[in-house]
Amino acid sequence: MDLCQIHADRCKGCELCVQFCPKHALEMSEERNAAGYHPAVLAHPELCNGCAMCAQMCPETGIEIYRRQKRARQDAVNQG
Amino acid sequence: MTTAMNSQDGMNKQNGGAVASEDLVDLKCVFERPKSLSDKPFHYCPGCSHGTYHRLIAEMIDEFGFMDNTVGICPVGCAVFAYEYFETDMIEASHGRAPAVATGVKRALPDRFVFTYQGDGDLASIGMGEIIHAAARGERITVFFVNNGIFGMTGGQMAPTSLIGQRTTTSVQGRDPRTTGHPIKVCELLSSLEGVAYLARVALTSPKNINTCRKYMRKAIRAQTEDVGLGLVEVLSPCPVQWGMSPGDALHHIEEDVVKEFPPGEFVDKLAGPVKA
Amino acid sequence: MPAKMQLTKGNEALAMGAIAGGCDCFFGYPITPQNEVPEVLSYELPKRGRVFVQAESEVASINMVYGAAAAGKRAMTSSSSPGVSLMMEGLSYIACAELPCLIVNVMRGGPGLGSITPSQGDYFQACKGGGHGDYHSIVLAPWNVQEMYEFPALAFELADRYRCPAMLLADGVLGAMMEPAEISDDAPPPNVPEKPWATNGRNGRAHKNVVNSLVIDPYGLRDHNLKLQAKYKAMECETRWDTRDVDDAEILVVAYGISARLALSGCKLARKQGIKAGLLRPITLFPFPSKQIAECATNKKRILVVELSAGQMVEDVRLAVNGKVPVDFYGEMGGVIPSPAEVCEKIVEAAR
Repeated sequence: MDLCQIHADRCKGCELCVQFCPKHALEMSEERNAAGYHPAVLAHPELCNGCAMCAQMCPETGIEIYRRQKRARQDAVNQG
Repeated sequence: MTTAMNSQDGMNKQNGGAVASEDLVDLKCVFERPKSLSDKPFHYCPGCSHGTYHRLIAEMIDEFGFMDNTVGICPVGCAVFAYEYFETDMIEASHGRAPAVATGVKRALPDRFVFTYQGDGDLASIGMGEIIHAAARGERITVFFVNNGIFGMTGGQMAPTSLIGQRTTTSVQGRDPRTTGHPIKVCELLSSLEGVAYLARVALTSPKNINTCRKYMRKAIRAQTEDVGLGLVEVLSPCPVQWGMSPGDALHHIEEDVVKEFPPGEFVDKLAGPVKA
Repeated sequence: MPAKMQLTKGNEALAMGAIAGGCDCFFGYPITPQNEVPEVLSYELPKRGRVFVQAESEVASINMVYGAAAAGKRAMTSSSSPGVSLMMEGLSYIACAELPCLIVNVMRGGPGLGSITPSQGDYFQACKGGGHGDYHSIVLAPWNVQEMYEFPALAFELADRYRCPAMLLADGVLGAMMEPAEISDDAPPPNVPEKPWATNGRNGRAHKNVVNSLVIDPYGLRDHNLKLQAKYKAMECETRWDTRDVDDAEILVVAYGISARLALSGCKLARKQGIKAGLLRPITLFPFPSKQIAECATNKKRILVVELSAGQMVEDVRLAVNGKVPVDFYGEMGGVIPSPAEVCEKIVEAAR
């Protein structure tokens, strides 16, 4: 499973996640979601390290981030 | 969130946020929708920070464990439907009067956590009297203030916080200080009042600043819970649609121009000691 | 300590009546001629562990009432005509959000800044809505200091029963006059109904509560309005009125509040001159005793309405009798108060 889960139907295509992804793992889709926006997609899951920059910037709270359990300090993101 | 999921991931929150498939057991969700935020998709325009600020408030309510103890007061303006987005008890106030409504709630129920959510038209224009006097009285309320320098909901009219030269639908030649005055700086204005316990401003323009915002919000909440006085966090927020900019350009505009007029930072901090865990 | 008869000022009686009526929170802004209300409550409420806040304006006052009422408390404000005008937006929100609360208007002369002398010029504002949209408050009109004491409790009770604002419509005479009244300093707390709708923190409740007056869907707002109108219809059973010497009367005088006091004296003077006059006093101005006036008027020669206004309630009296009985009007404005002799003169004129 990908570390970055984008809820395509919440996406309004603002592109902030794409712009703030330090790994350039995200792109805007050619498809349209139910609301008619081109949603963001994780085009390069192999580049994603689950840093959550995209989720932090997403105004729709439309991205969930997963990390592997073995990682130390896995709650670092939410603890700010 | 039940309808908005990618179909293949099997991570529906209705299943308690647990990872369903067997091969995913070594994954842990580290960033998800706060429990105090409802499932309803925001009505805000693309790139608008209202949603971000809503999420941060919900995160704080979760973090402090206040979902059962909170009464939130919504403004009139873009965030008029904010009561649909929080899982706490909510009151919809008339334009600008949220601090007065919050005063009524907090005085009636002093042990509840009471917050207002207000835009710059609501707080700095029509509601200036209410916020100043709530601050002067030191009401134990927390104010989450969104400054995007424009009346968004009504179609992009000039706000008291619009920048000099800013083009809006009621200042098409750009804001002229000779006839429309200068931007009102709310934090600077309120900082002279003894009743204020915490005041800070931050631009919601990057993950780093969002983290700073969290720190400020914690203090603004503690100003209330530790019975010190009124706490307020002003966020500089983009209004890409009414500014006529892309969401990305709007954030650059804040970082390059808006912060010159509205410098970020902490203005008042009367809290003693660090954050209690 | 049981209630005892004491010489009391109307505004002070009202303040003590609010306490007896279970007022948890008072929010107000000074304005003449009602200042004794906040003055008394500013020390009597905190003494009892209840809330008094002097707000920065009437606009803030009514919105603080909105917040405290939403929190499930018995909340009130008190003001006089210009200040009450400032509250009308908030009152409309309160009515739409179906919050119970009490608004006191000790009326003074208008329009504008007007005067600080007594008037009944706010009848339309109080009874026809006052703010925007189709709504009503329950309106109670006391006519003596005893009722100034008793009506706040009644107003809170009715407001809670119907989840609507209640207004106590007094005037500068009633506020300032002193007369004996039975007042209690420690009345037993009233029975206040449960308020499961209150936004007072979920505290284990399965759902969140929202207090709101925004219904963006036209059909939804239409339906909400229909619900409000049905509620106003259902309130008709709360109509209160009083009659004096009406059975044999040929002239029926209709007046409320201090005008009714003057009118009753006028009726008595008229009877000494051989003119049979009687008084019908609406106690609730909304719901208005239309049926009762129509029934009472059936065998009357004429009706005389007396008000401290240019003629406001008289319109409702005319609607009530629907042309079946001629309706005369006598009003004074600007703080001028007619004497009983002057009222008597108008009764005599009507009887000719």
